[in-house]
Amino acid sequence: MNSNLYELTGLAVAISFIMALKGLSAPKTARRGNLIGAAGATIATVIVFFDPSSTKHHNTLLILAAIAFGVLVGVPAARKIQMTQMPQLVALFNGVGGGAAALVATVEYLNLSSEGKPSTANIVATVFTVIVGCTSFAGSVITFLKLQELMTTRPVVFPGGRFVIAATLAGVLATGGWTIASGGNTPLLVMGGLSLLFGVLFVLPVGGADVPIVISLLNAFTGLTVAASGYVLQSTLLIVAGTLVGASGTILTRKMAEAMGRSLFGTLFGAFTAKPQAATGAAETRPVKSGSPDDVAILLNYASRVVIVPGFGLAVAQAQHTVRELADLLAAKGVEVAYGIHPVAGRMPGHMNVLLAEANVPYEQLVEMEEINPTFPQTDVVLVVGANDVVNPAAKTTPGCPIYGMPILDVASAGNVIFLKRSMRPGFAGIENDLLYDAKTTLLFGDAKDSLTKVVSALKNL
Amino acid sequence: MTSMAILTIFLLSIFVGFEVVSKVSTTLHTPLMSGANAIHGIILVGAILVADKATSTLETTLSILAVVLATINMVGGFVVTDRMLEMFKGKGGKK
Repeated sequence: MNSNLYELTGLAVAISFIMALKGLSAPKTARRGNLIGAAGATIATVIVFFDPSSTKHHNTLLILAAIAFGVLVGVPAARKIQMTQMPQLVALFNGVGGGAAALVATVEYLNLSSEGKPSTANIVATVFTVIVGCTSFAGSVITFLKLQELMTTRPVVFPGGRFVIAATLAGVLATGGWTIASGGNTPLLVMGGLSLLFGVLFVLPVGGADVPIVISLLNAFTGLTVAASGYVLQSTLLIVAGTLVGASGTILTRKMAEAMGRSLFGTLFGAFTAKPQAATGAAETRPVKSGSPDDVAILLNYASRVVIVPGFGLAVAQAQHTVRELADLLAAKGVEVAYGIHPVAGRMPGHMNVLLAEANVPYEQLVEMEEINPTFPQTDVVLVVGANDVVNPAAKTTPGCPIYGMPILDVASAGNVIFLKRSMRPGFAGIENDLLYDAKTTLLFGDAKDSLTKVVSALKNL
Repeated sequence: MTSMAILTIFLLSIFVGFEVVSKVSTTLHTPLMSGANAIHGIILVGAILVADKATSTLETTLSILAVVLATINMVGGFVVTDRMLEMFKGKGGKK
C-alpha cells in the first residue's frame, strides 16, 4: 500500500476515536459514537496488514487465527454477561489490554536488542509500558476477583503492608533503572514479575466500594501504556489513541471520585491508614422491625409520594422489571413515584440508569442525588431496594469509617423507610447501617424480586 | 518521526482527551469508561506489527498471545459497550 495512503487512513482512524469519545459523552449520540469507534478500530486492524514499512510477513495465518480465537472468546463473553457482572468484565477487558501492551513492548524490545542495544529512549518507553501494563493487568485481575466475589471485597490490609508495597515499588523502579542502564533481557523480565506483584499489592487494600474508581484509573493507565508502546513502534495511531484514553480516563476517574465525595489520593491510599478491624459486633443485637409484604403494600398505598432507591441488590435479583411494575401500579393509584439514583449505586457509576433503562423506566423519573435529597422531607415512603452503603448515615456521622465523606441519599428525613434486603449482612463496603435499627424503618427480608412480586400482588388486592 | 513531532502529538492528544469528555453526564460514566477501554484495544495493531516480524519461537509465542489478548480487549469492549447503550435506545428521541 502507498505509504501516504496508509498514513492518511491511520489519521482517519485517530479522528474516529476522537468522535467516538465525543459521541459517548452525550446520551443521544452515545451508541453511534461507539459504532464509529468500532468501525475505526476495524479499519485499523485491516490496513495494518498492508503496512508499507513492514516487508517481512512471517506469521500472517497464525495472526489471523489468533484474531479469530480472540473474537470467539471476547464476543460471547460480552454478549452473554449479565448486566450485574458488567463492571468486572470491563475490568477484565482492561487487564488483558494492559497485558497485551506489555507483551508488545517486550517483543519489540527483544527484537531490537537482537540487533544491538536499543536507544535509551526506546528502553525507557519499554520499561514504562512493561511496568504499567503488568500493574494494570494484575490489578485488573484482582478487581475482577473482588467484584465477582471470588475473594473478599473488604480492604486486605496486613501488618507492615505498606512497607511491602513500598519495597516492591522500589524493586520495580530499581530493576527499571537496571534495565535502562544495561539493556539486558533478564532485568526486564525481573521487572515485569515485580510489576505484576505490585499490581496485586496495589489493589488489595482498596475497599470494595472504591473498586470502580480503580478500574477507571487502571483504564487510563492502560491507555498510557498503549501510547508508550506506540512510541517504541513508531506508530502515530497508537500514540494518539493511547493518549486520548489516558487523558479522558484521568478526567473520568476524577469525576467518579468527586461523585463519591473522595479524593483520588484518599481512595488509593486510604487503606494504608485505615484500621483493619472496624468496630462491628456490638451493634448486632439491637432489635429491628421486619414487616410482611402486606405491611409494605399498605404503607405504599396510603403514601402520596414514594421514592425508590435502587442498589446492587436490584441488579443481582434482576428485579428492574418488577420494580417498574410496582411503580406503575402506584402511579395508577395516584401516588407520585420517583427513583432516587445515587451516582455510584451498584458497582459502577450509572449502573442503575442502565438497568432501569432496560426496564423502560421513563427517563424523567430517574432523579439524581442533588435534586432528590431536598425532596425527602416531603416524601412519605422511601423504598430501598437492595441498596445499603449509598443510604448509610455513617458516611456523615462516623469519621474514619471507609465511606466517611461520601455524599449519600438522605432517606432518613423521609416519613418511612422500607428496606428490601436479603439479610442483615452489611453492604459492599462492609459497614453496619444504623438506619436499619431506626424506629421508622421496616425491613422486608428476601430476594428483591420475590419481595417485590409479593408486594405487587398484595397491592393489587388492596 | 522526530521527538519534537511525537511530543507535539502527545500533548495535543492530551488536550483533546480532556476536552471531549469534559461534559459527560453521570449516566454515561460506565459506557464511556467501557468505550475508552475498547479504544485502547487498538494495541491490537501494535501486536500484529510485532507478530508479523517475529522470527524466534519466544517472540512469536509472546506476540501471538498479545494478539489474542488485544482482540479480546477490542472486540469484547465494543460489543459490551454497545449492549449497555442498547438499553438507552428510544429515549433520546422522546426526551
